[in-house]
Amino acid sequence: MKFTNIKYIFLKELRSFFNSPIAYIVIVVYLIILGWFFVSNLFINNISTLRTVFEMTPFLLLFFAPAMTMRLISEEKKAGTLELLFTKPIKEYEIVMGKFLAAWALYFFTLLPTLCYYITVTTLGTLDTGAVIGGYLGLLAVGAVFLSISIFGSALTENQVIAFIVSLFIVFALFMLDKVLFYLPTFLGMILEYISIDYHFSNIARGVIDTRDVIYYLSMIGFSLFMATNALQKRRWA
Amino acid sequence: MSILVNKLSKFYGKAKAVDNISFEVHSGEILGFLGPNGAGKTTTMRIITCYLSPSGGSIQVEGHDVHSDSLAVRKLVGYLPEQNPLYHDMNVLEYLEYTAQLQGVPKPLIPRRMREMVDACGLSEMKHKDIGHLSKGYRQRVGLAAAMIHDPKVLILDEPTSGLDPNQIVEIRGLIQALGKQKTVILSTHILPEVQATCNRVIIINRGKIVADGPIEDLQRSLHGGEKVILEVEVPADQSFDLISVQVKNIPSIETVSLIDERNGIKKFSIETADATDIRKDLFQLCIQKGWDLLELHRVQTSLEDIFRQLTTDSVK
Repeated sequence: MKFTNIKYIFLKELRSFFNSPIAYIVIVVYLIILGWFFVSNLFINNISTLRTVFEMTPFLLLFFAPAMTMRLISEEKKAGTLELLFTKPIKEYEIVMGKFLAAWALYFFTLLPTLCYYITVTTLGTLDTGAVIGGYLGLLAVGAVFLSISIFGSALTENQVIAFIVSLFIVFALFMLDKVLFYLPTFLGMILEYISIDYHFSNIARGVIDTRDVIYYLSMIGFSLFMATNALQKRRWA
Repeated sequence: MSILVNKLSKFYGKAKAVDNISFEVHSGEILGFLGPNGAGKTTTMRIITCYLSPSGGSIQVEGHDVHSDSLAVRKLVGYLPEQNPLYHDMNVLEYLEYTAQLQGVPKPLIPRRMREMVDACGLSEMKHKDIGHLSKGYRQRVGLAAAMIHDPKVLILDEPTSGLDPNQIVEIRGLIQALGKQKTVILSTHILPEVQATCNRVIIINRGKIVADGPIEDLQRSLHGGEKVILEVEVPADQSFDLISVQVKNIPSIETVSLIDERNGIKKFSIETADATDIRKDLFQLCIQKGWDLLELHRVQTSLEDIFRQLTTDSVK
């Protein structure tokens, strides 16, 4: 693995996010929607908490993650620039890693302004800083999972709409799993609960960092990126 | 030996794109790759550049196998793909820098290489423009500059002059010829005069098979044994074509005589010989003897177009 190659891909993708309207639209729209719910809840409930941020973000991410990543690989397939990348001395997983990290960085910059809420709430009342740190770590982890799955979706097709819908379907299923548990027998329910993302997120959001959750996140990310790399390699050997 | 292609085959599903071809290219050689659309040129080039994997056979580039030692091959090869895909949201310098980075050009060398390529490809006025805003000719130059940014030993150019105006074509040809002295160049093209102007060797490929391989002069000689001469004379009106034809045919080794054009007693003939004897002297003497006014007499070389058509249509039958 050559970190410089990942770095070059990462920087190029990050720059093209910010050279195009994508980054600004993602950040602004996310902040407007989140701000609406945050402000109204804050004053109606009159409780000093960032719960809205931590509850709304995974839900918004269902749409934002596929939207942010849908062009990352499918556009290169469509424009033919994948041929340029494939004939350079770099490996497929370096391409995938660079692009994934760029999307994750964009997500990080999207979350960054919500620290204003933290500052506002701590000046107005008292806030459990540990839970806030846990919540943000959880958001970063959930985001990484959704983004890596969406990168896989983008690697499947040269059509961005298809990439978006496939990714949305997968992340939505993952998100909904633990909400349909009561229909299912217990042993199946336990497996699905482990796979569902909300279950692990709620642990971290409470400020508890458990190895089981860390392993869950890492394995989901690793598996998705592995599948994305596979989808790319398949094209070469076709 | 710079490139060694050995029994290469490529299937797309059941369709055979490249069928058991073998050839070698030495360094310092500019090889023209010719063939009708769908003959397998692009596929072969894509396999040499490691974009596709071969279904059978092997390719070695400077001793590295494209399959087992692919990264080493990709370091050595500069490639300009057929559609010349580029990142339209990057400007020229950004794109060249990105390409140089991915090609593994050492960091301190990158600015110098970029400057050299911008100069060599005439991009200095456009270097801060977005690639999406450039004309096709300039994009082609950007693609070429990017293909050469790491000073590759082997250059693979898929239709390098498509979309360029005649002045640019001459410039790019000059550039390729200058490069070809130290590098190995394979270029594919549809434009036959281009091959004549730049390449010292041609491979004609049809339906996935090599149908001709050699220097252009050799191909011309081997494919067309005889010579073709155009004769234009002014003759009295009473001399018909048949009469003249019989007289011309008296010269030994002439095979066919045909009338191309006739107007106001001026007749133009195309005369072909069975072997390579020069019949122009005999024709001149004949004209004097018969009192015909000789207006034009010249030898026609078999053009590459003729060779190309002969080879690529024959095998279809």
